Amino acid sequence: MAVMHYIDAIRLAMEEEMTRDEDVFVLGEDVGYKGGVFTTTKGLLEKFGPERVLDTPLAESVIAGAAIGAAMYGLKPIAEMQYADFIFPATNQIISEAAKIRYRSASDWTCPVVIRAPIGGGVFGGLYHSQSVESVFFGTPGLKIVAPYTAYDAKGLLKAAVRDPDPVLYFEHKKCYRLVSGEVPEDDYIVPIGKANVLREGDDITVIGYSLPLHFAMQAAEDLEAEGISSHILDLRTLQPLDKEAILEAVRRTGKVLIVHEDNKTGGVGAEVAAIIAEELLYELDAPIMRLCGPDVPAMPIHAPGEKHFMLNREKLRDAMRQLALY
Amino acid sequence: MREGLQEIVMPQLAESLVSATIERWLKQPGDRIDMYEPICEINTDKVNAELPSTVTGKLVKILAGEGETVDVGAPICLVETASAGAPAESAPDSGDAAQPQARQAAASDGDEGAAPMSGRYSPAVQRLAAEHGVNLAEVRGTGLGGRITRKDVLNYIESGRASGKPADSRSADPARQPVRSSGLHLSEEPKLPAIEVEAAAPGSGEYFIDVSPLRHTIATRMRQSVTEIPHAWTMIEADVTNLVALRNKLKDEFMKREGINLTYLAFFLKAVINAIKDYPIMNSVWAVDKIIVKRDINISLAVGTEDGVWTPVIKNADQKNIAGLAREIDDLARKTREGRLSLSDMQGGTFTVNNTGSFGSILSQPIINYPQAALITFESIVKKPVVIGDMIAIRSMVNLCLSLDHRILDGVICGRFLQRVKENLESYSIETTTLY
Repeated sequence: MAVMHYIDAIRLAMEEEMTRDEDVFVLGEDVGYKGGVFTTTKGLLEKFGPERVLDTPLAESVIAGAAIGAAMYGLKPIAEMQYADFIFPATNQIISEAAKIRYRSASDWTCPVVIRAPIGGGVFGGLYHSQSVESVFFGTPGLKIVAPYTAYDAKGLLKAAVRDPDPVLYFEHKKCYRLVSGEVPEDDYIVPIGKANVLREGDDITVIGYSLPLHFAMQAAEDLEAEGISSHILDLRTLQPLDKEAILEAVRRTGKVLIVHEDNKTGGVGAEVAAIIAEELLYELDAPIMRLCGPDVPAMPIHAPGEKHFMLNREKLRDAMRQLALY
Repeated sequence: MREGLQEIVMPQLAESLVSATIERWLKQPGDRIDMYEPICEINTDKVNAELPSTVTGKLVKILAGEGETVDVGAPICLVETASAGAPAESAPDSGDAAQPQARQAAASDGDEGAAPMSGRYSPAVQRLAAEHGVNLAEVRGTGLGGRITRKDVLNYIESGRASGKPADSRSADPARQPVRSSGLHLSEEPKLPAIEVEAAAPGSGEYFIDVSPLRHTIATRMRQSVTEIPHAWTMIEADVTNLVALRNKLKDEFMKREGINLTYLAFFLKAVINAIKDYPIMNSVWAVDKIIVKRDINISLAVGTEDGVWTPVIKNADQKNIAGLAREIDDLARKTREGRLSLSDMQGGTFTVNNTGSFGSILSQPIINYPQAALITFESIVKKPVVIGDMIAIRSMVNLCLSLDHRILDGVICGRFLQRVKENLESYSIETTTLY
């Protein structure tokens, strides 16, 4: 098994799926000759040719709209939004068309499209290259949303997304691209959509999150282990549909839960997770449900202290987790 | 800041520093020290320095003697702070180091009985205390402000100090309050039965198990079934070699695709359901002056748990393909294990299938799931030498056991039904069978 970066796992998933199924193709801004601004699609044009690796105009509603149409006619497009920040012109296509096609046609039509978008900050991208857009789509039934944290999941979830008969938004964290690496099998496997994953077992507190903040949670858990605090960490992996069973099981384990994400706190995925816990597990709770999220400010600041203040990190996780453990 | 003892900890003097050595103490126990006043000299491979105090008060105890090497963040002395205005933090840059202090403060609060949070109980603590008869006044809180945490209660229960309590409230005196023999409970919450050893009667060689609502239901239904239904039994053997090969070929891909196990049971269910379609009388109920034949085929699936057996229902099972049945089985089995079956999951069954092979049985004589007409079991698949033509072959064989209500069904019809199940099972093959 090879150890590879998160970004390489994503590229490998696309390459394997395109090899496996001729109906799979990629499209997006600079995905062809440039190989993607992050090199996520590097080499695909050379291998699969310009009919299956399409450089598009700077028009996200066209990228999404064309992909949705192709998907309805039986192809399996992987549309790339260069940054998640740029997905908004395509929102109407995604929410009003892709999400509703199956429902509207009583399953006569389906839309097996995958839309990839790099989310999150920490790369000094400022206001328009750092946004977390999960909460915009999270409340839309008809869309599946995945957000991998490990390299293994990055590959397995993308392959599952390609094979899924319905639209899947695939949110990859751009800071994870080269920060996160891990063992990734070079053979064919998928990570099922809708299943969370326990990253670490513990008895004192439960941390639930997705994407980059889990990296810090894992580091903080190491630090706290030395202080005698044992942390149970659950990676949601799929945001829509949430793995309710796994959430409840993880909370039941300790009765103390911290929910983390980089997207801002108000109206985020964590709010829904907290509501599920409150609805189902009142009598198991030993502490108020805690959330540690990005601040409710309009965007990522474009100066270093501001970005540092906005982003979660090892210390912030450690302090919050310790605070919960001591409660 | 409350009065009390404060630790002064070894500060981080340089970024890469992990420890430092105390060269000489400048203050001794009993000395009064002011904020920022040097209290000792320390040296490291990088710097030698005087360490300023981070609090005002009286030095009570030196924890690290001269010449001793101390980790960064570890306490070196205790200072009694008198004034309420003394600064809280022991070191400006020691978020980490300050925390053990907080924890200690919380614990000592509990000791003093002046803990502001000691009377605030979380739902988890209240539930645990009620379930185990714990008097929370006896539990020492280690949480914030002396709060009793869930873990404190669990530790307390584990230490055995709570063990006598629940017996007091439920069946303390076995003479006056014997364990119910009827098993009739009015409680709606099927809790695990409490197993209580009779401590009051020394030398007694018995103990009682309270009958849970589930146990009570099972007992009632079983008794009703054997009392009312004249049971008869019959068994047949089927060759499932092809099915074994088929499943082995498909199961990994199925797991990847669907995320669930492709069990033999799904194939077996399909075989049974198709046979019921051919012999609808199997799907009926005795109603004294008539026999009611049900049009919907709703399969009750016997699912065993540690403390009983449940029969959740796959509704309209005849409209499902093998993949759909596998998903239903997975779903119901999981719900059963998690104790989340709803009333609607349990209702409407017309024919029961019991996968007795899952626990290794090769032959059973089951009791019919009242008021249905029949129940079939799927026993363990066993490799056996079998005579085919005039040759001996190794084949995967399975027994199917049928319990029937002899008021409705007779040997001939049941024999035909079983033959059809057998044919269905034996006709599965890699070439012709599809899951979807």
